[in-house]
Amino acid sequence: MENSVFSLCFMCSIRCPIKVLAKDGQVRWIEGNPHVPGMEGSLCPRGAAGINMLYDHERLQSPMIREGERGAGKWRKVSWDEALDYIGEKLQAIIDKHGGHSVVLGERTQLATHVSKTFLKAIKSPNHFTHDALCKGSVNTACRSLFGLTDGQVGIDYKNTKHIVLYGRNIFEAVSVKEVNNLMSALENGAKLTYIDPRVTVTATKAQRYWMIRPGTDLALNYALIHVILKERLYDAAYVDRWVHGLSELQDFVRHYTPEWAAEETGIAADEIVTLAREVSRDKPSVVFHYGYRGASYTNEIYQRRSILMLNALMGSIENKGGLFFKKGPGEAGGKAARKLVEQKFPKIDVPRFDKAGTPDLPLPDPNHGVPQILPHAILNEDPYPLKALIAFRFEPLGSIPDTSLTLKALDKLDLIVTIDINHSDIASYSDVVLPESSYLERTDCIQQANGLKPQMFLRRQAVAPRYDTREGAMILKQIGERIGIGKYFPYKNMDDLVAWQLEGTGFNMEDFNAKGFVAYGKNQIFWDRNDGLKLKSPSGKIEFKSSLLEEAGFKSFPEYEPVKRPNGSEFRLVTGRVALHTHVSTQNNPYLNEIVPENVLWINSGKAAELGIKTGDVVAVASGRGKGTIKAFATDLIHPETVFMLHGFGHQAKAATRSFNKGVSDSLLQENVMDKIGGSPALHETFVTVNPA
Amino acid sequence: MSNYYLFQDSKKCIGCHTCTIQCKSNKNLPVGPRISQIITVGPKFVGGLPKASYIFMPCFHCQDPWCVAACPTGAMQKRVKDGIVFVESERCVGCKACITACPWGAPQWNLETGKAVKCDYCMDRIDQGLKPACVTVCTTHCLSFGKVEDATQIRRERHARAVAALDQV
Repeated sequence: MENSVFSLCFMCSIRCPIKVLAKDGQVRWIEGNPHVPGMEGSLCPRGAAGINMLYDHERLQSPMIREGERGAGKWRKVSWDEALDYIGEKLQAIIDKHGGHSVVLGERTQLATHVSKTFLKAIKSPNHFTHDALCKGSVNTACRSLFGLTDGQVGIDYKNTKHIVLYGRNIFEAVSVKEVNNLMSALENGAKLTYIDPRVTVTATKAQRYWMIRPGTDLALNYALIHVILKERLYDAAYVDRWVHGLSELQDFVRHYTPEWAAEETGIAADEIVTLAREVSRDKPSVVFHYGYRGASYTNEIYQRRSILMLNALMGSIENKGGLFFKKGPGEAGGKAARKLVEQKFPKIDVPRFDKAGTPDLPLPDPNHGVPQILPHAILNEDPYPLKALIAFRFEPLGSIPDTSLTLKALDKLDLIVTIDINHSDIASYSDVVLPESSYLERTDCIQQANGLKPQMFLRRQAVAPRYDTREGAMILKQIGERIGIGKYFPYKNMDDLVAWQLEGTGFNMEDFNAKGFVAYGKNQIFWDRNDGLKLKSPSGKIEFKSSLLEEAGFKSFPEYEPVKRPNGSEFRLVTGRVALHTHVSTQNNPYLNEIVPENVLWINSGKAAELGIKTGDVVAVASGRGKGTIKAFATDLIHPETVFMLHGFGHQAKAATRSFNKGVSDSLLQENVMDKIGGSPALHETFVTVNPA
Repeated sequence: MSNYYLFQDSKKCIGCHTCTIQCKSNKNLPVGPRISQIITVGPKFVGGLPKASYIFMPCFHCQDPWCVAACPTGAMQKRVKDGIVFVESERCVGCKACITACPWGAPQWNLETGKAVKCDYCMDRIDQGLKPACVTVCTTHCLSFGKVEDATQIRRERHARAVAALDQV
C-alpha cells in the first residue's frame, strides 16, 4: 500500500515543508513540498538523509535505565511503564524535598515546546530553557533593544534584495532551503553579495566582494560604515527622521570612528570601506545588512548585532521589499493562532530562574529562552538554589555549552538526568534514564504557527508507524506528568487529539492540511505602511538607536570600541562554524552524512602552518586553557593568520554511536564559558588555542 | 549519448551533496558507492576573489560506452529506446571490468552485494514521467534534466541578460 503525506522535516530546526512517500509501511522517498515557493521539491543534504536516519539501527530503540556508573554505557532495556514509573518516583521525591524549581528542562525549540513549558509550569518550576540563547540570545536582545520585538519576529526578503552584506552568515552552507533559493534568485536577478568572514566559505565563493576581516572586529567595521554614511548623508533621510530615535547621539558617537581608524583594526582598506558604504546606499532601501542567525561569538555581541540593525535602519530597509520585515501573525490577517497548552491557568511561581534572566543580575537576556551556559555554574554553586534534576529534551549540553569538563562536573552533582532524544547523543550516554522519541517521520506533531509576510500554519504528519519502541515527546511528557499528579494539564489522548484541540477556534481543521500541507490566513503579503504604520513595541514607538531597554538596565547605547585581544606567539583565536552536511551535534552518526564529512579538521593559515612545521593531513595537538585534543590539520590561505577554524559538533564521546565516536575534536571541549552578559549569548570565539605537531 | 541531457548550472551549485545523498537513498546504497557525486575544486583566489568549482559527476551515458563493451556477461547494457546505460544487477558477476574500463569512474562498487552499480538516470522514475532523484531534490535547482536545447537556453538567456543594453542603465 502506498501513501503520501505532507509533513515537516526535522533533520535540523528549520522545519522545511516536505512530502513523504511510504510504501508498505516503509518510507521510500522524501522531497521538498512542491506547493511551497522556494521548496518546489528541493531538499538539503540532511533532509535527503532522513530515510537513512529512520532506518539506522544505531538510533535509540527502547527506554533504558542506567546500570553501571554514569557514562559507562551499561544499560537495562525496560518497558515504557517501568521507565516512566521510575522517573515519576524519582521526580516526585525531588520535588517533595527540594521544590519543583529544582527541576530543569532544556530543549531545542520545537513544535511541542509549549508542552514542555506546561510541564514545568505545572510543577512550579521557572526553569525551562531552550538552546536558542546559545545560538542567538544576543541577536534577540539586540532586536528587542531597537524594536521592542524579538529576532523571531524579524525576517529578510532575500528574493527582492539588490545588495546583501553577510557577516560570516554562511547561507550557502547553513542551507535553509527557502533562504538559499530566494537569495540565489536575487543573485540571478543581479543582486550584489558582499561576504565578510575570516575564513573563505562556499558563500564567499558566490560573492562579488569578499573581505578576510580580522576576527572579532566587525563592530569596528560597522562604526566606520556608519561614520561614512552619516558624514556623506547617504542614509534614507525621510525614513530615519520618521522612525529613528537617537540619530544625533549616534552622529556624535561615530565621529572619531573613521575608515582609516577601522582599517588598522580590521585589516580592510579605508577606501574599500567607503566604497561599500556608497555602493550599498545607491541600492537602498532594497538592501540587507544581515544581522545573523548564530550571534554568539564575542563578549560585545549585542553591540555588533545592534550596529548591523542600525545600518539597515539608516538605509530605510526595515519593513521594505528586498530588506528586513516584521513577521505578521494571524491577527494581521484577521485570523486566530492555534492554541497552546501554556494558555491554561498554573500555580504561581515565586522563585527566580536558575540563570536569573530577567532579574537585576542578568536583566536583558530573554527569560522566555533562558541562558543555558549558566547551568553548570548554577548547579555547582547552588546559585540561586540547588538544582537536582535535568530533563534534556533533544538538547546536548555536553556538545553545545562551552567548557565540557565544567558541564560534566556539574552534571555529576545532579540526582537525576533524563534524556529524550532520537540519537545516542553524549548526554543520552551520560543519563540515568533514556527515553527514545519517535522521529519526525514517525509522529504527528503540534501545529507550526508560521508567521511571516503571509501568515500560515503547517503540520507535521506521521508518515509511518514507529520502527522501534519509541513515543512522541508530547506524549512522553504527559505520561511522566500523570505519574507526578499534573496529568490534568495535558488534556489529550494522542497527538491527533492535541492538534484538534490546538485548532479549535481557528476556523481550520486537520483535513484542511491534506491538500498542500499548510493553510494560509490570507493570499497577499502584508507590509506595514513604512511612512506611518510600523507597529514597533519599543517605549518610544521608534527604532531606538538610543535604547531605553539598555539604558534603564544601566548599559550604554553606544559603548566605545574596545580593540580585540590579539593572539600571542603560537596562539590562535578559535573560530567555529557549520557545514551543509551536518546539523549542530545531532547528525554526525548518520551513515550517509558521516560518509561525506566524518570528522572535523583544523583550518590553519598556510604561512603560520609552515612556521610550525605543519602540513595538510598532519595530526596536530590543539589545546586551550579548558581542554585539548588531536585533529588533522588543513593548511590553507583561505583563513586569516590569527585564526584557526573547526566545524562545530564533532568529537562525540557516546560509544554506542560508533561512526561518530571520537571522530575529530569537540569545539565545546576547548571553549571557555564566557558570555555577552548584556545580550545573553556565550562568546564562542573568545578562546585562544595553541597548535603544535602531535 | 542518451537522448537526455542532465545539465548542471554550475553558477547556482553550492556543492552541498544533496544530489549524492538522495541518489544513494533512492537506490538504497550502503556507505561506499557514490553513483552521482559532487567534486569541489578549490576554493582558490582568482583575481582577489575566492572561487570554487563544484563539479557534478554522474554517468555520461556515452554513445559507445566503454563499460558495456567491457562487460563479459551482458549485465551492462544500453537501453535501446533512449540510450540510457544501466547495469542489470542479476547478470552482474562482480568482475569489475566496467569499473576498469570507464575513463571517468562512473561505475561504482557495492560491497554489500558484490556487484557494480551505476547511474541509470533513475530510469524507473523517468518511465513514470518523473525526473531523476538528484534533479528532483537538488537544493538550488541547479540540476535539470531533459533535452539538450533546453539546457543551452538557460546559459544563452543568462548571457543575453548580462550583455543587454537595458541592464546598463
